[in-house]
Amino acid sequence: MHELGVVFHCLDQVKRIAEENQVKRVNSVTVMLGEVSTVIPYLFEDCWKWAVKKETVFKDAAIKIEIIKAVTYCEDCGEKYPTVEHGKVCPHCGSEHTYLLEGNEIMIKEMVAVDE
Amino acid sequence: MSDKIRIIEVKQSVFADNDRDAAKLRNELKEKKTFLLNLMSSPGSGKTTLLKGILPSLAKELKIGVMEADIDGDVDAKAISDIGIKSIQLHTGGMCHLDASMTRQGLTELGCDGLDLVVLENVGNLVCPAEFDTGAVKNLVILSVPEGHDKPLKYPLMFQVANALIINKIDTMPYFDFDLEKVKEAALMRNPSLKIFPVSAKTGEGLEAVISWLKDEVKAWQDLT
Repeated sequence: MHELGVVFHCLDQVKRIAEENQVKRVNSVTVMLGEVSTVIPYLFEDCWKWAVKKETVFKDAAIKIEIIKAVTYCEDCGEKYPTVEHGKVCPHCGSEHTYLLEGNEIMIKEMVAVDE
Repeated sequence: MSDKIRIIEVKQSVFADNDRDAAKLRNELKEKKTFLLNLMSSPGSGKTTLLKGILPSLAKELKIGVMEADIDGDVDAKAISDIGIKSIQLHTGGMCHLDASMTRQGLTELGCDGLDLVVLENVGNLVCPAEFDTGAVKNLVILSVPEGHDKPLKYPLMFQVANALIINKIDTMPYFDFDLEKVKEAALMRNPSLKIFPVSAKTGEGLEAVISWLKDEVKAWQDLT
């Protein structure tokens, strides 16, 4: 259950940031998940909904997920291409000398706090 | 009174806190001159058998402790205790990996003062443990012949975070469609500085090289000022 562990880490971090900002209640948290981050968005959402119920500051905090498209760069021809579609082999020149530019992120983008 | 809404920009990796904890733990281990090795692989690839093969010889020169992490059970810790090495069993409570704070708790329980080498046998899994820095000095990954040579292509992150790769159960190569050169090529493409050791933990073939690599790494870590 990979997503649950990631959610726990995410919550711990959001909790710390909320404390640092003297937040009383969190309305929503936005996370950015790369297409090839190994985190499956709907599972992340399910785990989040289960885990926040145990919290106080975050009780009922909504989760918003933004997906980051995965992009791979080819060192041989210098082209960029979508990773999910083509994988490791460059569709332009057939080279395997490629690396991921973005798309493996698991990031907390922002949170919306409510001050009463 | 109406609620005031405030947007707090975070823009941090979910792993940022864990990465910081891990770096802190590594610094403390440097002070203590304790080398922490994070051993990762699929279940059944031979992590415990490998340790049983290399630790007795290393124990002649180094003080060693082992932390066995599993979801449940204590068979692995018992197997290590049986060869006379200090070991504890960590239970992750269903979690698929260890993070830096769990590793720290384990080290406290084990009592790492005065130990030269602590081996953390991570939960058997090629996915999640790769994401979480445990605070280890080096990551050692085992891939066994029956698992197939395509694993570095399927689980690239694990092979990227590894410092060394052990290809275990090479005594079974005649029975499997396993291409050693292909696995080396795929792993090195992901990680050009990867050290690769083909071994059979069962017969002992190739273990000398692993033992001497580990000795050198521990010495280099302890020589850091």
